[in-house]
Amino acid sequence: MTPALRLEGVTKRFGDVVAVDDVTLDLFEGEFLALLGASGCGKSTTLRLFAGLEAATEGHVLLGGRDVSRDSASSRNVALMFQSYALYPHMSVYQNIAMPLRMRGLSVPQRFPGARMVSRPTRTALHEIDDKVRRVATMLRLDTLLSRRPGQLSGGQQQRVALARALVREPSAFFLDEPLSNLDTQLKADTRDEIRALHARTGYPFLLVTHDQADALSMADRVAVMIAGRIAQIGVPEEVFQRPQSRAVAEFIGLHRMNILDRGHASRLHQAGATLDLGVRPDDLIIGAEGPIAATVESLLYKGEETVVLLRDPDGFALRSILRGGQPRPAPGDQVRLSADISALHPFDRHGNRAELPS
Amino acid sequence: MIRRLATDLLLAGPAALAVVLFIFLPVAVVFVLAFTDYLVGAPTADWVGLENFEELFGSRLGRNALINTLIYSAVVIPSSVILGLLVALGLHGITKRMPRVSAVLRTVYFLPVAATLVAMAVAWQMLMHPSLGLLNHWIAALGLTPQQWLTDRGLVLYSLAAIGIWQGVGYNMVLFLAGLSAIQPTLYDAATIDGAEHGWSRFWCVTWPMLGPTTLFVVIVTAANAFRVFETVATMTDGGPAFASDTIVYALYREGFVYFKAGYASAITVVFFAALLLLTALQIALVERKVHYR
Repeated sequence: MTPALRLEGVTKRFGDVVAVDDVTLDLFEGEFLALLGASGCGKSTTLRLFAGLEAATEGHVLLGGRDVSRDSASSRNVALMFQSYALYPHMSVYQNIAMPLRMRGLSVPQRFPGARMVSRPTRTALHEIDDKVRRVATMLRLDTLLSRRPGQLSGGQQQRVALARALVREPSAFFLDEPLSNLDTQLKADTRDEIRALHARTGYPFLLVTHDQADALSMADRVAVMIAGRIAQIGVPEEVFQRPQSRAVAEFIGLHRMNILDRGHASRLHQAGATLDLGVRPDDLIIGAEGPIAATVESLLYKGEETVVLLRDPDGFALRSILRGGQPRPAPGDQVRLSADISALHPFDRHGNRAELPS
Repeated sequence: MIRRLATDLLLAGPAALAVVLFIFLPVAVVFVLAFTDYLVGAPTADWVGLENFEELFGSRLGRNALINTLIYSAVVIPSSVILGLLVALGLHGITKRMPRVSAVLRTVYFLPVAATLVAMAVAWQMLMHPSLGLLNHWIAALGLTPQQWLTDRGLVLYSLAAIGIWQGVGYNMVLFLAGLSAIQPTLYDAATIDGAEHGWSRFWCVTWPMLGPTTLFVVIVTAANAFRVFETVATMTDGGPAFASDTIVYALYREGFVYFKAGYASAITVVFFAALLLLTALQIALVERKVHYR
């Protein structure tokens, strides 16, 4: 299957800085791909390379199998929703949404204010634009706000305008740059659902760029983890979370940082720990009366649905464990024992790559 | 509470007092004098009503000064705003590729603003000298007719206007540069994605509307400066030849400080003050509505 968009061996350098390092990435027709990484890892540059806002130093960008590396952003016909929304503040909501259609559908003289009076083709074209704008505005519940300026709207409304402006034409792909990072928790959850529904309804290939793993894991069909300019791992969310292919990905993915016991030290958990580093997610590190590791409770972070327990073993290693809802909580200073199921261990070799536990 | 009040008074009081004593009071005196025939040093003055204003708007000389000022402004305001914008766009464009060159050029364009205009006027006088000036040398070298820049009645106002433009461009450039660097880069990205990929359409979609507040401010400041033109007139032409470069502030100076007609000079001041007030009011009204996009 030919991907809708493909980066092929793309490198982007800014002076001496390598922002994107030999990346090959496919965006397939109809899929929802998330590009996940910490800030400064090159994910935004990757998006800009896809969109045509940056030119690759090396490598190719393919659109439906055709090399578009040298083509302009608008000829690639991608839609992009910006983190800051980037709405035109001097235009009404209607004009903002109509902008991409006007720029590509009308010639320069047709864009002049009085053009509709003198030319019939202009009237027809404007009529079509009007139809499309109103349809997408209705879909995103903006129909009552069309004459407002962006400055008069709430953050959530502005975001819907940005979505509408991106969706109003039939794009070859739809890119979202950190779409949820400016929203509060409640609105975030609603918008997540809305974007998912939008993807299901339109069927365009979606590329979501985010630093928030919860967004990536919950919304995307596939997640690409980017670390230091490279794609460290790509796969379905469950695979990326449950079988991180490297120590770097393991430490990056997970709401709470994975505990990693260095080799030697790790042999208390499993005999393979003599030669391998062993990772255990805080969720999988069980506090109890029995267990191979002794530790002292240092402090507790109460977070409503869960409590993070910070522990220290006799060798001075800091460890984290999570307690859910009603589980009994130890007090700071308590001596506890820690254990983990073998299936919950993530072994890594000396190069940081995933290894297999000998059975 | 009392202490707060005392502190507030102590902080704001002296400045407020100075403003009242040295600005509001003199302005009030000028407003009163404008309706009298007071001469500087005279023991008495008579109330003459609107006579001074009639003279300004009715006499040939008064109208001449007003019209000259308007012509001067009509040339200087658009030219120095547009040139300032063009220079700023150019320098902003090359800043990334050639930061050094851009910095040097910025300084060069800004020099006329920093320099004393009176001293610069002397330099311009030399440049525009009919027989010794560089300007006529170049014009002759190009095969054109040398001009009497400062003594030709039809030309002198435009010569002064050229100097006014030269002086204003640098200042306007700095303001426009600040305005340009405040534009969100993502707006240009959005415009690119939407299909405005080339200079002209990007300018109309993003740059020009985003510069709205800056442009308005630049126009107002330039207008106020143009209406106030004085130094070049006083040092280079004395309003001549035959009042061909007489402007409103120069007339005010001549009437008040050469002929000591304080009453008439006050009337000119009042008119001038009213014009500037109108301009400022216009700015506030426009700024609140149109250009801030709220």
